[in-house]
Amino acid sequence: MNFVMRYSTPAVVLHWLVALLIFVAFPLGVYMHELPLSPDKLKLYSYHKWIGITILTLVAIRLAWRLTHTPPPLPQSVANWQRRASAIVHGLLYLLMVAIPLSGWMMSSAKGFPVVWFGVLPLPDLVGKDKALGDLLTEVHETLNFTLLSLVVLHVGAALQHHFIEHQPFLQRMGWGKKARA
Amino acid sequence: MKRNVTLLVLLAALAAPMANAVEYRTVLPQQSAISFEFRQMGVPVKGGFKRFAAQLAFDPARPEAASAQIEVDLASIDAGSAEADEESAGKLWFNRSAYPKATFVSSQIRTLGSNRYEMRGTLTLKGKSRDISVPVSFTPGKNAALFDGAFTLKRLDFGIGEGMWADIATVANEVQVKFRIAATGK
Repeated sequence: MNFVMRYSTPAVVLHWLVALLIFVAFPLGVYMHELPLSPDKLKLYSYHKWIGITILTLVAIRLAWRLTHTPPPLPQSVANWQRRASAIVHGLLYLLMVAIPLSGWMMSSAKGFPVVWFGVLPLPDLVGKDKALGDLLTEVHETLNFTLLSLVVLHVGAALQHHFIEHQPFLQRMGWGKKARA
Repeated sequence: MKRNVTLLVLLAALAAPMANAVEYRTVLPQQSAISFEFRQMGVPVKGGFKRFAAQLAFDPARPEAASAQIEVDLASIDAGSAEADEESAGKLWFNRSAYPKATFVSSQIRTLGSNRYEMRGTLTLKGKSRDISVPVSFTPGKNAALFDGAFTLKRLDFGIGEGMWADIATVANEVQVKFRIAATGK
């Protein structure tokens, strides 16, 4: 098959860019919070926050693009329950990609550390310094992240299943190949 | 009645220069504060010390004779987070078990005009003494006079944050210190 139904190039670029950043920020977050206080820990925390705000920015652009562009239709072979499941999972993924960086930003504010993007651009504090709220937001941030992890496993699993088991050109939907005219 | 008014005016005229002659000696700890701010990874972090003892003698009529001494209990630090409070006690930072206090003793006070003064003195932290110069503004008040000052110290001058923490790209060398001492005359 030379031509595939795929997402528009900006959507594809944003998808993979955000995916890559999530795959860096997630393990970084898991690793850094166990470290004893050191300059390296302070650096990793800052990098994690910078990446998080970058994700939030890219996701805002993604959402704007998604809402103004129609995604390619799913192949006929995809069952109705799978279409519904796909819509729900995609909705939740978008929700989490917004909620997770926001909860991290709020956590940082509550703990009394303003976020300074790339060490240059100071962002406003979303909440005042409040230890109890900071601890609560830590839990929220963690729970949302592990929810995201489960959904990403589902998302990737479903794409691989359609591609390799049902032999549908699924991975090309998010690829760079020549675009079919719908 | 008229005589009473005259008497009041007379008393007020007498009292005015006396009010100016008050020497401020009694420090009000509840209305006094020492705070600081530094940057880590470009992020401003605020902190302070909750316990300190200040002695002061200041007569606005003779500012050059004034003196001030402050002793700060380093265990009362708020360094921005519980983790940082704990870390600051260690050998690389304040080495608090060996040096539990920071002290400042004034040596000279110079008038800069309009209730502003330059206070020189010696700051001792972690066994190291440095001469510093601090601009101080004096604000007379109904209940207490306020002495506000601010200066920037370089933490590495005092060996605050040694070893891995000497990296000033992560934690800046400059620390902005601010204080407000409230005092009354006797």
